[in-house]
Amino acid sequence: MSIDTGTAAKVAKLARIKVEDDQLPALAEEFNRILGFIEQLGEVDVEGVEPMTSVAPQRLKRREDVVTDGGYQDKVLSNAPDAREGFFAVPKVVE
Amino acid sequence: MLDLTFEPPKPKVIAGAKYDWELVIGLEVHAQVSSNAKLFSGASTKFGAEPNSNVAFVDAAMPGMLPVINEFCVAQAVRTGLGINAEINKWSAFDRKNYFYPDLPQGYQISQLYHPIVGEGEIIVDMGPGVARRVRIERIHLEQDAGKSIHDMDPNMSFVDLNRTGVALMEIVSRPDIRGPEEAAAYVGKLRQILRYLGTCDGNMQNGNLRCDVNVSICRQGAYEKFIETGDFGHLGTRCEIKNMNSMRFIQQAIEYEARRQIQIVEGGGKVDQETRLYDPDKGETRSMRSKEEAHDYRYFPCPDLLPLEIDDSFIEDIRASLPELPDQKKARFVTELGLSEYDASVLTAEVEAADYFEAVAAGRDGKLAANWVINELFGRLKKDNKDITESPVSPEQLGKIVGLISSDAISGKIAKDLFEIVYTEGGDPEAIVEERGMKQVTDTGAIEAAVIEVIEANPAQVEKAKANPKLAGWFVGQVMKVTGGKANPKAVNDLVMAKLGL
Repeated sequence: MSIDTGTAAKVAKLARIKVEDDQLPALAEEFNRILGFIEQLGEVDVEGVEPMTSVAPQRLKRREDVVTDGGYQDKVLSNAPDAREGFFAVPKVVE
Repeated sequence: MLDLTFEPPKPKVIAGAKYDWELVIGLEVHAQVSSNAKLFSGASTKFGAEPNSNVAFVDAAMPGMLPVINEFCVAQAVRTGLGINAEINKWSAFDRKNYFYPDLPQGYQISQLYHPIVGEGEIIVDMGPGVARRVRIERIHLEQDAGKSIHDMDPNMSFVDLNRTGVALMEIVSRPDIRGPEEAAAYVGKLRQILRYLGTCDGNMQNGNLRCDVNVSICRQGAYEKFIETGDFGHLGTRCEIKNMNSMRFIQQAIEYEARRQIQIVEGGGKVDQETRLYDPDKGETRSMRSKEEAHDYRYFPCPDLLPLEIDDSFIEDIRASLPELPDQKKARFVTELGLSEYDASVLTAEVEAADYFEAVAAGRDGKLAANWVINELFGRLKKDNKDITESPVSPEQLGKIVGLISSDAISGKIAKDLFEIVYTEGGDPEAIVEERGMKQVTDTGAIEAAVIEVIEANPAQVEKAKANPKLAGWFVGQVMKVTGGKANPKAVNDLVMAKLGL
């Protein structure tokens, strides 16, 4: 798999990371090196091996259906750049 | 299990300028899981709380917070799956669906793209007595709901409330088996009914607890059958997805509009673009949501914060054992065991509360008579007062007694209506009221005969007319009923009037 500058630009845009045009070739190159490294894994024969989902054999932890959290509007909003009347206030986003 | 037989409905046909067209529709319904706490946090799901008060740090996506699944939400999804005869996947897994929006603080929604918890099932969508559409369900997966953005509180800002963020949703995906706008609305109605019977979603569409995306395409007649035969989507037209509707009426209007729009494009020699559209109820039209297109690249990947969800047979069987009787079974039982018409059975099973009410009225009594009284008198009266069955001033025990009094001929049908009104407005024991107020039907022929003779003797002119025209005998029956305060047995009165007039 090869990443060109167009793909690099698209990935950056989807991730909302601003990358200047002149930086794109270097970014694409970096992606390619990372992917090349990962692709080495494809050389291992995993025929008949169960996919591993966890390093330790454990079961997904569950919680009971009980309200144990919440009720701290002030804390939730304390990092917000702007909050009004209990809401986060953000630049207008409307379809 | 009891089953009523049915035929599929005819697909809707829309005449274009050149050809006749059919519709092919598939729905994705998002149903909010009824639970106390959210899918991955201990925050409350309660509707209408102060903004951002039902939010845990997990929901606000604070760094380092980890999701822990609510087992009851898992049980609710399994319960829903069993309720639509679906395959339950004992191994399922969560994925991240990545996109940016202010009401999604994580920057991704935890969902189940690759391994949903529920597989294929089906829903029988009733379209009328003996007519129903079998709609196949492709899957049900669990996912997080997003928060709510409010755009009309400030001219320049949007306000975000994260109370709904992280609440569990079931996305219920149908196959493209729905063939018209009415069927689509009926499908949502039937699904809602099943969810409410199961108690897995309250079905409140106004609050957005049940909303849906509708996929619509058009095809020429005969093409759909080829698609069903081969499974090749190439036989169908390009589909458009209409997003986020929470009203049955709008679902129908949007599909109708969208189909006509596509027909116009295709007949004009154009091509339908596969895209996401929004229905504008004020204008009655759908429009493209172009901005959504690029965001469609969701870059799904397995959620590294969550191990696969494994459930065992006993978990599933415990839920199966606790399933209630579902609408189809209940309806079939009402028809076959209580002798109701399919129509009446449908009306009575529409809401589980109404079905329970009816069963209490009908217990040990005439089922048909009980159905008539619940549907015609009680529902009619409640509707007049804008009341729900759960707010009925007449209890099932009271109505049951009224039905019993009619069946035993203790009161006439007409008096029963008066009695019902008394019980409805004043309350009280119907049997005692009948005794106290002397409402018992007069079956004593001597008393009725006396009344008949009295009326005949007082109206010699009418007697002559009735002898010339026997149809006028009804007037005497009415007079006698009036004299006896409606308590005389109408059939006995009629027989006596005819005999005394010599007709």
